[in-house]
Amino acid sequence: MWKDLKTGLIAIVLMTVFLGLAYPLAITGISQVVFPGKANGSLVKAGGRVVGSSLIGQEFKGRAYFHPRPSATEYSGNVTFFGNAAPNSVEAREEVREYLKAYLQLEKPFDRSLTSEDVPVDAVTQSASGVDPHISDANARIQAHRVAAVRHLPLSQVEDLISANTDGRFLGLLGEPGVNVLELNIALDKEAPVE
Amino acid sequence: MAQGWLQIAVFVVVLVALIKPVGIYMAGVFTNQRVLLSPVVGPIERLTYRVLRVRPDAEGQDWKAYARSVIVFSLFSWVALYLILRTQGSQPFNPQGFHSGPWDLSFNTASSFVTNTNWQFYGGETTLTYFAQMAGLTVQNFVSAAVGIAVVVALIRGIVARSGRELGNFWQDLVRILLYILLPISVIGALFLVSQGVIQNLGDTSLVHTLAGGTQFLGQGPVASQEAIKELGTNGGGFFNVNSAFPFENASGLTNFFEMLLILVIPASLTYTYGRMVGSQRQGWAIFAAMFVLFIAGVAVVYMAEQHGTVAQHAAGLHTHAFSGSTGGNMEGKDQRFGIAGSSLWTAVTTVTSCGAVNAAFESLTGLGQAVPFANLSFSEVVFGGVGTGLYSMLLYVLLAVFIGGLMVGRTPEYLGKKIQAREIKLVSLGVLVTPLAVLLSSGLASATRLGTRSIYAGINPQGFSETLYAYLSQANNNGSALAGYTGFIQPHAPGNVGAYGISFADLLGGMVMIGARFLPILFVLGVAGALAGKKVSAAGLGTMRTDNPTFVVLLIGIVILVGALTFFPALLLGPVVQSLTTRLF
Repeated sequence: MWKDLKTGLIAIVLMTVFLGLAYPLAITGISQVVFPGKANGSLVKAGGRVVGSSLIGQEFKGRAYFHPRPSATEYSGNVTFFGNAAPNSVEAREEVREYLKAYLQLEKPFDRSLTSEDVPVDAVTQSASGVDPHISDANARIQAHRVAAVRHLPLSQVEDLISANTDGRFLGLLGEPGVNVLELNIALDKEAPVE
Repeated sequence: MAQGWLQIAVFVVVLVALIKPVGIYMAGVFTNQRVLLSPVVGPIERLTYRVLRVRPDAEGQDWKAYARSVIVFSLFSWVALYLILRTQGSQPFNPQGFHSGPWDLSFNTASSFVTNTNWQFYGGETTLTYFAQMAGLTVQNFVSAAVGIAVVVALIRGIVARSGRELGNFWQDLVRILLYILLPISVIGALFLVSQGVIQNLGDTSLVHTLAGGTQFLGQGPVASQEAIKELGTNGGGFFNVNSAFPFENASGLTNFFEMLLILVIPASLTYTYGRMVGSQRQGWAIFAAMFVLFIAGVAVVYMAEQHGTVAQHAAGLHTHAFSGSTGGNMEGKDQRFGIAGSSLWTAVTTVTSCGAVNAAFESLTGLGQAVPFANLSFSEVVFGGVGTGLYSMLLYVLLAVFIGGLMVGRTPEYLGKKIQAREIKLVSLGVLVTPLAVLLSSGLASATRLGTRSIYAGINPQGFSETLYAYLSQANNNGSALAGYTGFIQPHAPGNVGAYGISFADLLGGMVMIGARFLPILFVLGVAGALAGKKVSAAGLGTMRTDNPTFVVLLIGIVILVGALTFFPALLLGPVVQSLTTRLF
């Protein structure tokens, strides 16, 4: 018994030092040397300044930008939680109704044929992370009408930008394709700045 | 959906391809042979024994001694983690200046990580310092996983032993599992994850001025090093509150795939290791087959359910069918880069194992989709299960199936040549029933008292009941996933978490359930190992019921479903079943 106590005590101290400090600090050191950009959050710049992370969605309002998916956390990158809308709940129904209404209100003036049937699910549901950097291709192509009109760009040019800023499946196989909203908006600002 | 099924198929193929090489490697580690990494790790291993003052070759342990070492080590682990959590405010690596945790929440968290549950009432990025995440949680991610594996190795040795009472040496098993299996894979896994965008730094939360002229804080920290072992050790406690849904933990479709593989690789490969150690690969494959069938059934149900969308979404006038450029389905609480398929597969993977990391909001799954995690937990985590814990729990069911099957056809219950007698069956029954008992008692108590219902988010309705039941199912099975509305910690949005407090009832009940439902089964399992170790092996004859053919696989699946269903069906009716059968809103 005494021997167990002694061994147990040494073991937990040893493992705390080895697995709790040496291991993560070594991984940090290697990462900072080999993958500094990724290890520090894949930050992206626009106009010479850091404007966010390509992995973390951020808030866009107004008609000149593509909008990200609804967020339960106001796109917080450091206080995260789920929206927790339940499958059979009245609140969830009301929430989707509100999002749907707002989406149609914003987009329909620029895309006259748009009906609720055309609205992709991702556009009116809260993401898991609250900072989903992507929207679906269908969502982006609906918003393209508005962005093209407001920025006085041909629709085809905006659609090309969508394609250029889509993160595809890995090897065409793993994951779902998504349009990276921040990178798309950066590209838009570069091609056709709004005054 | 075809593309989604293809992704699922590819995942299954890659997983199955890994089983044999990983299984053989682990068998070498467990039987103290020279393995691939011996030239590098051997000297470190020997040095570790010297520091620990153990002479493993000379110090074989019977089941009681082995159990005592497990308990003593886990006790020290608990105390160390509790102290770290309670004093983190005065420790280094605390750029955000977080305060120390309250006693009740810290009790829950310490119990959670020492038992490999990794249930999270705390929010990682808003309450814990980098020191607590590394020296507290990461350490337990490693060692609680190693303890689970050590126990199954001891059980296998008991099943195999032809004479004597020794089950090996716990300290040696612990050290070898850490040094030869968990640490090397974690190092490679962590670096790969960083290369794909998972962060790894010690910097303070950073403030950026967004493109549209707003501001956004970005959480930072040593994430990848924890993420790798969090999945590999089927731990599941996220660095961030939304766990593997957060892009800094799980950056892409590729990392999602990789992390799911990390979760399943050890539990699945252990079946191969088992076959090798008992000298009959077919025995291992039989167990694998039973697990695999239940796993695939779960994946199929959750994927189809999520692709359908929820009652609330349809009632709001939303069309949830897929069309060009949109996956359709229930995207509430899911991220685009994983889609319906990647989120559904993950949901099944993380609940058949006792991992519990999530990449989507379980609370927002469809009624039928929720039923899959519920069912997986109701099977007491034997469908692959946690590292080590899954196989030893399944072996209890195997012994139960041998016993019941033997009674049905009038044959002496025998497993691998050893008679299964009263003592073993008593211990097996206790081991099988203690977890369901803990679940039903605690969730009953929490549902029926005002102290318990304070933790509910969804209200007093089927979803609220589901939250409660799932909370205790998850904690008792040492899973850690949650219908995350259920809470044991109130955090006002104030700097430095001023005014935050724990809900003592939920914190303490949950903590005790996790500890009881982890260590009591471990004692019963080691007791079974001890009882089997001393038994003579008789040659298989005509009267022996085979345990390596499809008939037995079907029997085993039947027993698992029977025990789970009989125990939990009434409770499941009140939550997920109601919600999946009705179009009513609550």
